[in-house]
Amino acid sequence: MSSGFATSRFSRGLILTCVVLAILAAVAPVALPTLVKQMTVFWVMVIIAYTWDTMGGQLGYNSFGNVVFFGAGMYASAVLQIAPFTDMAAYTAAGEQGGALVLTNAQYFAGLLPGLLVAAGVGFLLALILGFAILRLRGHYFAIGTLAAGIFVAQIVANWEYLGAGSGLTMPGFPGKGAAGDQAKSTFFYYLCFGLAGVTFLFLQWLYSTRFGLAANAIRDDEDKAEAMGLPTGRYKIIAWAISGFFLGICGALYGNFVIHVDPEDVAFDGAGLGVWMVLMVVLGGKGSLWGPLIGAVLFHVTKELLWTYLLGLQYVVLGLLVIVIVVFFPEGIVGWLRQRFPNRFGERVEAGEVR
Amino acid sequence: MRRGLLFALATSVALTAGPAAAKVEGDTVTLGAAISLTGKYSTNGKHTRNGYDLAVKKINAAGGVKVAGKSYKLKIVYYDDESRGARGAQLAERLINQDKVKFLLGPYSSGLTKAIAPITEKYKIPMVEANGASRSLFTKGYKYLFAVLSTSEQYLASSVALLAERAKAMGKKPSDMKIAMAFENDPFSQDIRAGIIDDAKKYGMKIVVDGKLPRDLSDMKGILQKVKLVKPDLLVISGHAKGAALAIRQIAALRLNVPMLAMTHCDSAKVIKKYGKKAEYTLCASQWAPTLTYKDDVFGSAGDFAKTFNKAYGYQPPYQAAESAAAVLVFADAFRRAGSFDTDKVRAALAATQMQTFYGNIKFDKTGKNIAKPMVLYQIQDGKYVVVAPTKWAAAKPRLPIPKWGKR
Amino acid sequence: MLENIQLLLDNPVALLNLLLDGIMIGAIFALIAYGMALVWGVMNIINLSQGEFVIFGGFIGYYTSTDWTLAIGPSASPWVSLEWGGISPLWALVIAPLILYGIGRAFYALVIFRLVDRDLFTSILATFGISIFLQQLMNGVFTAEDVIAQHGMGSWVLVDGTTGELVIEQVRVIALVFAVIVGAVLTFYLRQTRGGQAIRAVAQDARAARIMGINADQVYARTYALNAAICGAAGVLISMTLVIHAFSGLIYTVRAFMIVVIAGLGNVAGVIAAGLGLGAAEKVADIVIGTSYQTAFITGLLLVVLLWRSLRLGRQRKVLR
Repeated sequence: MSSGFATSRFSRGLILTCVVLAILAAVAPVALPTLVKQMTVFWVMVIIAYTWDTMGGQLGYNSFGNVVFFGAGMYASAVLQIAPFTDMAAYTAAGEQGGALVLTNAQYFAGLLPGLLVAAGVGFLLALILGFAILRLRGHYFAIGTLAAGIFVAQIVANWEYLGAGSGLTMPGFPGKGAAGDQAKSTFFYYLCFGLAGVTFLFLQWLYSTRFGLAANAIRDDEDKAEAMGLPTGRYKIIAWAISGFFLGICGALYGNFVIHVDPEDVAFDGAGLGVWMVLMVVLGGKGSLWGPLIGAVLFHVTKELLWTYLLGLQYVVLGLLVIVIVVFFPEGIVGWLRQRFPNRFGERVEAGEVR
Repeated sequence: MRRGLLFALATSVALTAGPAAAKVEGDTVTLGAAISLTGKYSTNGKHTRNGYDLAVKKINAAGGVKVAGKSYKLKIVYYDDESRGARGAQLAERLINQDKVKFLLGPYSSGLTKAIAPITEKYKIPMVEANGASRSLFTKGYKYLFAVLSTSEQYLASSVALLAERAKAMGKKPSDMKIAMAFENDPFSQDIRAGIIDDAKKYGMKIVVDGKLPRDLSDMKGILQKVKLVKPDLLVISGHAKGAALAIRQIAALRLNVPMLAMTHCDSAKVIKKYGKKAEYTLCASQWAPTLTYKDDVFGSAGDFAKTFNKAYGYQPPYQAAESAAAVLVFADAFRRAGSFDTDKVRAALAATQMQTFYGNIKFDKTGKNIAKPMVLYQIQDGKYVVVAPTKWAAAKPRLPIPKWGKR
Repeated sequence: MLENIQLLLDNPVALLNLLLDGIMIGAIFALIAYGMALVWGVMNIINLSQGEFVIFGGFIGYYTSTDWTLAIGPSASPWVSLEWGGISPLWALVIAPLILYGIGRAFYALVIFRLVDRDLFTSILATFGISIFLQQLMNGVFTAEDVIAQHGMGSWVLVDGTTGELVIEQVRVIALVFAVIVGAVLTFYLRQTRGGQAIRAVAQDARAARIMGINADQVYARTYALNAAICGAAGVLISMTLVIHAFSGLIYTVRAFMIVVIAGLGNVAGVIAAGLGLGAAEKVADIVIGTSYQTAFITGLLLVVLLWRSLRLGRQRKVLR
């Protein structure tokens, strides 16, 4: 599998596409105010798809545990946003009697900003630690190890009384009241999520265009050889995961604030849902490609919403079939399939007579 | 490539817009509900849906709801929340924003109601819920949330009271009594736990086992073995349908002798059908019983509801189905009295509700919980659920203590 | 935690009871793991739908033992109505493997054969797809309820005295005996018969086996179906011992995986030992660190085992892959 060349990553076409997409995304909440929530979730999906691709697509390490950083970020920001203003342990005690935390505007934003920063830090650090331990594993042992790590962390948090244990916790309310306030909240988090998605995308594309990208792909193609060539593969792997953790941490914090009620197993560390969807989106779009995760996120999100609306009670039957069809028939994803059909458009030269 | 992307985005936007059903179309008024058709709560999600559907069917068959001189039929739009809070909240949003539903029925379980309530509150959409019993739902100042059921701390309070009575009868002090608890790690069960702890404190009883069950519980023999060692006077278990089913099976298998055993969800887990004699003597918290003497003009008496339900779905209605049906009745009544489908007027009418249904009296306090209906405590006697507390409804005396396994 | 350990040490009979209970349920886990190891070793596929096959078998156990009416078609006017009075679920130990064998063949013919030469990641995802497909299918077609297989068997009280009671469930004993028999039959089959030889040959070198005239495709189909059949039998035992629900399969997949990872591929004795050990360890952990950490304990243990193995290999400059 050859990926796009470093030079082509910031070509004029790419910049133009980005600008068009950015404009579309920026006006979307104004044009379709009723769909703001779904579009916010969509950008969250895009972020988790791209951050998964960093490990899964670029380095060839298929993780089922990225949801750990997402959830950790969510809880980290929850603590930062709640603990300074009230007694956290009392607030989250089972059978909480105090009601949702009401904050002033200044308090809310004074909590949110450090919350996001700490979430990023926690995601980053946790990835470093986890990476140091788990990244020794390869292939499917890595995949299952991350799956176990995801479930393990979820269960620990689900038993952590300070964080509300299995009852979860409720994030402070966004300033503003009524439907208008809710719309304002949604729009606010829409732009934050969209912004984060944009930053993640640009940063990762830049990263892949540097030496780091080449090293990552070398590890993906043959780790032993890369190591033999003198690449510090361990360091590259851990840093790559930490970068995923960084963005996922912020993303989780935003998502927690967006959905308000945080449940350990269903919202924060949703390994069976988000944890698998992020993989599917990228596989569907095309691993290790520029637009694959985005295309995958669009198709997956839309298909899922449609299934959930029109095939009540059968959605998972269809989703299961879809997963099977995707991985069996389009293992390289849509972008990979297009690349095979139209190699010229991807900057690959095909010698006459070469048949794939 | 670029054009492809734009096209994908455009179609996605067009498709996600989904079906737009107005709240009142012609002579139909639409209610919305996100319930658990899949996932860990699908057992009770099904009971909930059957309850809703049956009430709608009966009301429509009787000519619908008369609002301001015109008859309207009821209809419910369902989504599947997969037993997941985040999904439930998203779906509530969708019901309100895209399907333009103005009245919501509650999901199954406290956790999911907790996730949805902030949404309905923001949009000022009245929600009548029948399956979220956690106390913490009613301390948040929600104005658009109404619950037809009794809150969770009342579920097993009467079993603690019964234990205190028994202590006196044996010539002991209530403070000599020991309680063992095993509660699922979810908002509902943890809330019951908080209630039991409060009650135990009141009597000075000692809590000797305080176990938490995981949500994906598969085997509880370990904790039961521990209970066997510490020999409590009362064992309390709550873990939705799976917890109830597993507990009775393993208590019998382990021949665990406790003088009193109280739990929730016996009827939704169908423990009598599953275990027969082994389920005998178990005390079960219930919101409702078919033997109660409540009445209304849609279903008739509580017993009539049970018959109608059994005929339609082929099994005895657990209370989850009864309370769900009652929630629809409450909405119908509020529409009638409001004489309009304006959400604020309906909310005001809901707040002023004072009615009797087959399920019990319904009157909401300021926080939206039903204060007119007590919980009942069943005991399984001779293969039947018999109400043993409170005294007003009691059909028989509780048979306690539970005889040892060798003598059953 | 310490007082829990003290409690167990003060009551050796209870501790023994706990360990025996764990070992006997561990025998069922070992069966499931055995099937997983077989498919993994022969076909190089990690079958994540293992747990759903188990639950499927459990439902067969339930339907065999319970009286039910099945109305196919709209509930108001049933097109076909089947009624069933229920027999001992022990029959399901025969019926379920047969049905699951067929289902395994069907899944092989439709999906799995395309995965054989693919990388493991593809097989993980595809079998995960099968797993969510089956979950909801069972939830819709069977029942959304928590069900059990009724068997009417009781418990033996072996020790009954002041030191405590030793109570052994008859079902769990059956589970243990059954698991041992299945293990022995499978070992014999793989070692002594032509069919077993073919499976081992393909596992060792599929290409060479093909050259020698073995129909590898047939062998794969048989292996996968055999695994499904084993899971089906295990599921019947689970539904006779515990409670099953359409969505409760994942935990059995995780347990099976963990057992295989501890034991290593192609190590039958190891799989059985690890299965029994896991069952016992889980029960003790239930008391010592609490039931709510049940899942955390299993996954935590899996992580520890993985890391320990990779560290040991790391000393020899090798990696776990």
